[in-house]
Amino acid sequence: MAEPNKVPAPATASTGAAEMSGADILVHSLIRHGVEVVFAYPGGASMPIHQSLTKVTDKLRTILPRHEQGGGFMAHGYARTTGKVGVCFSTSGPGATNFVTILADAKMDSVPVIAITGQVSTGVLGNDAFQETPMVEICRGITKHHYLVTRTEDVARIMKEAFHIATTGRPGPVIIDVCKDVQMKKVVPDWDAPMDLPGYRPFRRAPRKELEPVLAALRAGRKPVIYAGGGAIHSGAAEELRTFATQLGIPVAMTLHGLGSFPAGHYLSLDMLGMHGTVYSNYAVNEADLLLAFGVRFDDRVTGKLSEFCKHGRIVHVDIDASEIHKNKYAHVPVHGDLKTTLADLNALLREEANADLVGPGRYTEWLRQIDAWRSEHPMKVPPHAETAIIPQYAISRLHQLLKDRGMLDKTIVSTGVGQHQMWAAQFFPFTHPRKWVTSGGLGTMGFGLPAAMGARVAHPDHLSIDIDGDGSFLMNIQELACCHTENIPAKVLLLNNQHLGMVMQWEDRFFGSNRAQTYLGAGEDKAPYPDFATIAKGFGVPSRTVATKADLDAALVEMIESDAAFVLNVLVPHQEHVLPMIPSGMTVKDMITA
Amino acid sequence: MDLPNRPPEGLTAMRHRHVLSALVQNQPGVLAHISGMLASRGFNIDSLAVGETEQHDRSRMTFVVHGDDTVLDQVRKQLDKIVYVIRVDDISSENFVERDLMLIKVTCASDKRPELFQLCESFRGRVVDIQHDNIMAEISGTEPKVEAFIELMRPYGILELARTGRIALVRGVPNKEAE
Repeated sequence: MAEPNKVPAPATASTGAAEMSGADILVHSLIRHGVEVVFAYPGGASMPIHQSLTKVTDKLRTILPRHEQGGGFMAHGYARTTGKVGVCFSTSGPGATNFVTILADAKMDSVPVIAITGQVSTGVLGNDAFQETPMVEICRGITKHHYLVTRTEDVARIMKEAFHIATTGRPGPVIIDVCKDVQMKKVVPDWDAPMDLPGYRPFRRAPRKELEPVLAALRAGRKPVIYAGGGAIHSGAAEELRTFATQLGIPVAMTLHGLGSFPAGHYLSLDMLGMHGTVYSNYAVNEADLLLAFGVRFDDRVTGKLSEFCKHGRIVHVDIDASEIHKNKYAHVPVHGDLKTTLADLNALLREEANADLVGPGRYTEWLRQIDAWRSEHPMKVPPHAETAIIPQYAISRLHQLLKDRGMLDKTIVSTGVGQHQMWAAQFFPFTHPRKWVTSGGLGTMGFGLPAAMGARVAHPDHLSIDIDGDGSFLMNIQELACCHTENIPAKVLLLNNQHLGMVMQWEDRFFGSNRAQTYLGAGEDKAPYPDFATIAKGFGVPSRTVATKADLDAALVEMIESDAAFVLNVLVPHQEHVLPMIPSGMTVKDMITA
Repeated sequence: MDLPNRPPEGLTAMRHRHVLSALVQNQPGVLAHISGMLASRGFNIDSLAVGETEQHDRSRMTFVVHGDDTVLDQVRKQLDKIVYVIRVDDISSENFVERDLMLIKVTCASDKRPELFQLCESFRGRVVDIQHDNIMAEISGTEPKVEAFIELMRPYGILELARTGRIALVRGVPNKEAE
């Protein structure tokens, strides 16, 4: 990184005697909270902050994205793979509004992101000044909390509160909109200013009397299924979940964000459930007499028609966010509490003599046998296909196999854009550990994949970070290839290029008589694939390879894996493939399309 | 007891009138935040009143909401989730006092004054302004009482009126329990 002009750092921050500018206080707050990297795009209203960032380059790396949204999704990649706060900066106005999507995404997927935006000076606030937008007004509904900072004296306290709010309870995004004069004014920072959050009570441990009904439900159930979601990842409950599921012998179905919370390939794993989930997971939930919903929100992409979802089962719902309980589906046994703690407490209860009857093999033999029958009848496998063409499912499973052969799976992070390729990645790239899988689930933001892979890679320099992307999604943040090059971030792109918006096209095929409505992205059926991604990559200084036949795929995948730099592997795939199985929106297991 | 996946009978079906009392941090934008959340989640509010409390940094908001118990449960939890909201209570089931304050301006020629003054008195209201051809009265009380007074004034010719919306407090010593 470029060596900045060395300005003497403010006396050791903790002596507290020296005056510091608001910008310096803000930047030092980040360092005090353990932030090592920020993703920041400058502009008029955030210049003082950027000047401060140049003074601390030995402690805090600043990465310059090429679009604020790119920087924001890099912060997502960082946060989602570490559980720590991802920090991004932009200027006011258009820079700040480019954060709207990343904030909404972080709210939906419960990601601890802090977005710091410059704002016009307090003197002109509310006067429609140049590059003024009311960010707090815009962002209330799409953030966990928000601040408009109008006094330099408040900066240190607000930073402390923001980190606390973003990371505790159900994690979420916080926007801090900092007026330019606040950044410049100098005050003596009060690092010990107490937080003023009388209404924020994020911690809760469900007492024993709330857990006993869970045991009673277990005792009554003969066909239990665990439905594990993003909460299992956020609360770091993978180990407790594994202990819980395996000692009881209960199968685990996972949401898109739950993948990795329980190891794929384990005999109790039912893989993903929901719209594009496995047949066996959806059958199991449909037949279950007990659904153990852990850190989930009964999203419509999981449940389909709500009244039919797990119709025969009693529902135990554990969540740290009380408003999720009973929101979409009535929970017979509600447990408001942190999932990791709740599962640890349940595991402890299960070790008690009185509950010995619940533990151990043999309790659900019939049920597991039934599930195995479904699994062998409808396995998740790459569909039959022609000799030469590469279908996307095949490309993803080859990537997985090659990484497995090389023993690299433990050090691989996969991100995606949104659409067919995203679902295929979820289906054909099995995850055994949490935080190796990064995807925009709730909001479904195209263009998420590349910047997220970059942020993940920055957080994990010893990992391979691969964006499995589609040509539509990739183009939405393709400018970040420049950041890969200049910041030396070797993120990889496995581009499954079918020249279409595949998921919308699939719905057109299924529900609109294959009438193409702005879902073709190419330049004409008789023309070469468009755009020319190899030339684009070349322009950004990023190596690439284009392959169209099966025989060439493995060598190209290896080249991508082994590349020291960022790499774009452009795989030309047919557009006729559909993501299956599929339960059409708002429908039920009975309506599942399997072929 | 088993109606799988459905709340026990009687829990959802009935629409009730609920009075929610929320103590919030007195910060700019709290009202906008709360009303925005309620609107975007499709909760209908009959009445919303806000005012500072005995502590300058705290405000109390009183909401009147109609809905079944599931809706109410969500409104309460979604309010509670807002960081600036300190606590939310559904006080409908408690012993509480509820008031609405109204200022009402009515056409009143001088010969009608005794009549209108007496009506005000019967409602324990006060005449707060007298002009040549109109008077302004102040009435407080429960919603039905205030509504009744409005109906009573209608034939005289209501010129303008303003109401605070419902405010409410539970009787006795406030329940200070936290979690």
